Amino acid sequence: MATLKDVKTKINAVKKTKQITKAMNMVAASRLRGAQGRMEAFRPYARKFADVLGSLSEKAGEEASPLLMPRDEVKKVHMILCTSDRGLCGGFNSNLNQKAKAFVADQKDRNVDVSFTAFGKKGRDWCRKNRITIADEYLGVVGGKVEFNVASNAGLKLIHAFLNEEYDEVYVLYSEFQGIARQIPMIEQLLPIPPIEAEDGAPADENEPYLAEHITEPSADELLDEMLPRNVYVQIFSALLETSTSEHAARMTAMNNATKACDDMIENLTMIYNKARQAAITGELMDIVGGAEALKG
Amino acid sequence: MAGNIRLEVVTPEKAVVDEDVQIVVAPGSLGEFGVLIGHTPFLTTLKMGTLRYKDASDRERFVFLSGGFAEALPDKVTVLAESAERRSDIDIERARSALERAQKRLAQKQDDVDYARARAALERAMHRLRALEANK
Repeated sequence: MATLKDVKTKINAVKKTKQITKAMNMVAASRLRGAQGRMEAFRPYARKFADVLGSLSEKAGEEASPLLMPRDEVKKVHMILCTSDRGLCGGFNSNLNQKAKAFVADQKDRNVDVSFTAFGKKGRDWCRKNRITIADEYLGVVGGKVEFNVASNAGLKLIHAFLNEEYDEVYVLYSEFQGIARQIPMIEQLLPIPPIEAEDGAPADENEPYLAEHITEPSADELLDEMLPRNVYVQIFSALLETSTSEHAARMTAMNNATKACDDMIENLTMIYNKARQAAITGELMDIVGGAEALKG
Repeated sequence: MAGNIRLEVVTPEKAVVDEDVQIVVAPGSLGEFGVLIGHTPFLTTLKMGTLRYKDASDRERFVFLSGGFAEALPDKVTVLAESAERRSDIDIERARSALERAQKRLAQKQDDVDYARARAALERAMHRLRALEANK
């Protein structure tokens, strides 16, 4: 039986924990708003970009650029793994790492070499633990203010490596933000660039004459050459934004749950405390009554 | 004048300009070009430089662009740039120190990657300052 003082100490400890989880919940909530704002701000750019690129590549076809051409033999693949730097966000990182694990196992079965670029500490640590080659690591990006030039520098490096045949395929694994309580790990192919479709919304035949009457300068092919690498940057940037937003959402949910769990614990402990207190009072009463009886003799 | 044309300048991080303007002059990769209302549909890449436009109340404005591309339609110009700053948002001190840093780095010979990076930084800083010095 725990003494009164033990229970009291325990209650206070849980209360302190609750204060911390509650504060983290609120911080995550405000960061989430910021991250969602950035996603919102990116959307017009992404939409316009997809529109223009979609109609350009429709005209050009697969042979237009080496970035579009699938390789006959795939021996080396590269994966960009986006995770958070910090923990305390529920199953967020382990979901991503699980997905990465499945991907690696899949490629091993096909006798393909896998290497990684790690955005975020958790993913990097996971790669290290599993002895997977890490080509590059970027810390302090996910979860903060993601800048476009981080994405474009990383993208440029990968494109060079791809063109030098260091990699035959490049993928990105990120967490898609579908709502506060829903973040889904997703894998997307970056290189060679899969056939691009114009953003849905407008029916296809409405998009088709889009560029027909455009004058392009330089020629459509050259324009495409300029735009395809940017497409890779845009994809990486959007993956980083999605992952950041997901991280904050996951942390918010996790901390909300933790706060609730603290409430439950405090309630239970208070119950135990009161019971113990009553038992002590009853015990004392018995002693007094017993003593009085004895004196009466 | 037939009227105003809509100008939108967007970067991945935010929308920088979204207003009706009289004329837009942009640094196309094959040369500077101007757009008035009723322009033929036109798509081009942009190089680093300064975009100029005259807003509805006749004031000339400048926006620094670090390359990207532009689409002109009869009633609208859309500029997609990797980064864009209005003249008033450019930080002179930062641009100056970036310029100095880049020049210093170029002075000491290094490997290709660093060289290319320093070159790009130098160019960016110079264009930012040029956008600032353009006649007001």
